Amino acid sequence: MTTEIDRQWTTRLRKTVVEKLPPEKLLPDTQPAYVASWIYVFGVTTLAALAIVIATGCVLAMKGPLWWHLSSTGHFVNSLHLWSVEIFFFAMVIHLWGKYFMAAWRGGRQLTWVTGVVLFLTSIGAGFTGYVSQTNYDSQWISTQAKDGINATGGGAFFNVLNLGQMLMWHIVLLPLAAVALTAVHVIYVRIKGVVPPFEEEK
Amino acid sequence: MGLTEFFGAVFNLDHVGKYIHWGFIQLSVSNAILIALMIVTFISALLLPFPGKRNRKEGK
Amino acid sequence: MTKKVFNPDVDAPVFKGKYAPYDIIKEGTIAVVIVALLTVVLAVLFSSPDEKAVTIKSWSNATPMDFVATAITELDGTSGTATYGPPYNNAATGQQIGPFTLAKWMGLNVKVNTASDFVVAPLSTLADQPALKTALTAFTSASSTQKASWEANYSKALTTGRFSSGTLQVPATNAGPVPVMMSALTAMARSGALDQALVTAKGFYTTDYTKPLLFMADGSFLASKAQAQHLSGDQWGMMNETGSYPGQAWLWLYTMWYQVPPFSTSWGANADALVWALMMILTLLLALMPWIPGLRSIPRKVKVYRLIWREHYKSA
Repeated sequence: MTTEIDRQWTTRLRKTVVEKLPPEKLLPDTQPAYVASWIYVFGVTTLAALAIVIATGCVLAMKGPLWWHLSSTGHFVNSLHLWSVEIFFFAMVIHLWGKYFMAAWRGGRQLTWVTGVVLFLTSIGAGFTGYVSQTNYDSQWISTQAKDGINATGGGAFFNVLNLGQMLMWHIVLLPLAAVALTAVHVIYVRIKGVVPPFEEEK
Repeated sequence: MGLTEFFGAVFNLDHVGKYIHWGFIQLSVSNAILIALMIVTFISALLLPFPGKRNRKEGK
Repeated sequence: MTKKVFNPDVDAPVFKGKYAPYDIIKEGTIAVVIVALLTVVLAVLFSSPDEKAVTIKSWSNATPMDFVATAITELDGTSGTATYGPPYNNAATGQQIGPFTLAKWMGLNVKVNTASDFVVAPLSTLADQPALKTALTAFTSASSTQKASWEANYSKALTTGRFSSGTLQVPATNAGPVPVMMSALTAMARSGALDQALVTAKGFYTTDYTKPLLFMADGSFLASKAQAQHLSGDQWGMMNETGSYPGQAWLWLYTMWYQVPPFSTSWGANADALVWALMMILTLLLALMPWIPGLRSIPRKVKVYRLIWREHYKSA
């Protein structure tokens, strides 16, 4: 017999979450023995790089867009942000190559794959809006070129790459939120489903 | 040593880059190095032995 | 009820083997420390590019004739921006993918009228210039045929014009008020006032640089700097960065299409729209890989996995 407490949204949500992802699955202390290859470190490296990208971005945000032009400390933090982004893409693409050759979508893991691809696209968008927010010659060139691609498909009607205010806000608010949310979903899927098992070999 | 000296680059990349021209492909040397590094890293990750064989007997 | 057939490219075997200790928090911490250190090392070794932005002031001072040549096309409606189409104006339909004119359907949400926004309106903000005021009144009250005639005569004369001792010398005849307007606009540009007027037209606080950027992009200055740095569309520019810095290697496939026919030749007028469409299809293929027979079988057939899981297969 279900009680009033059982029927609460809070109770039902908690029970669903705990059933799908109990603590031992969220933070497991073992992995299947086949998780034993250096290829497996590129997911966590991408995650680590994302953390550094956001942290350095926050420092840049503290002093605003003129800082990195006028201060050598600001320029240095700008360099940190650039190189953490390069490491981020470096690790993410190798992670993608590894996951493809493992056919990591098998066994009901299709959504892990799909969220991964969407994350790749979101990251490209975040990188692009970052480039046009640099407020230097590169931003001027990239935005005046990119506008043609975006205008050609109708996107220019609401996404104006020449509008610094808009681009900066997409870069520091909307896209980071999307990236973090998608990353959480992606990682939670991996925890729920476990790491994909090896192909069965004919004996 | 002032902060300016510390934060200046060891290798100054503020000069026009060199490019590799191969057929219709034009690739900057820096990008080529990066891509080569990615391929080397990927292959190394596949081939290098991963530590932890002794742990295989433990666990559930 | 038929038993579901196991498809090795879709399904995964149930793992009944051993588990080994694996410290994911420690691994994550080590990853953060290593990435942080690597970032610092790279930043110290290579720094980052920061090439100063171009202004209309720097453009018009460096190449005043290119500025004027661009300005007259903004006035007579033949510039890149003036003939662009949506989202700026209705001068063209915009690019299309087959029958789909997406840009046109989305409408004019970033309205730009180059003759008024880039020339007449900024000039109207200049105070205490009676000759200019007379010229502007004559221009704005003239018929479009008369304006076109003046502009054409000025354009023709521009080919033998030059800039010397701080003044524009264009031997124009029957060009009405246009020479006065062009000289005033050039002076305004060289002083920096035009940069400001183009940005503050809608109010004090604006972070929208659409107008000065479109104006500059219509000229040659921005593009010649880009060409020198290998950033042009036909130089795989999308992948590159100013200086010798690494750029955006992950854009290789997107920019590649611009270098090859038919995108670089017969489909050139719609190249942007067509390349976007192609990349969207390829991206969809990547995203939907788990459901695409053939493509999803490649990992099993190519057997790179044998390297990844070699310990597992050895002990099996």
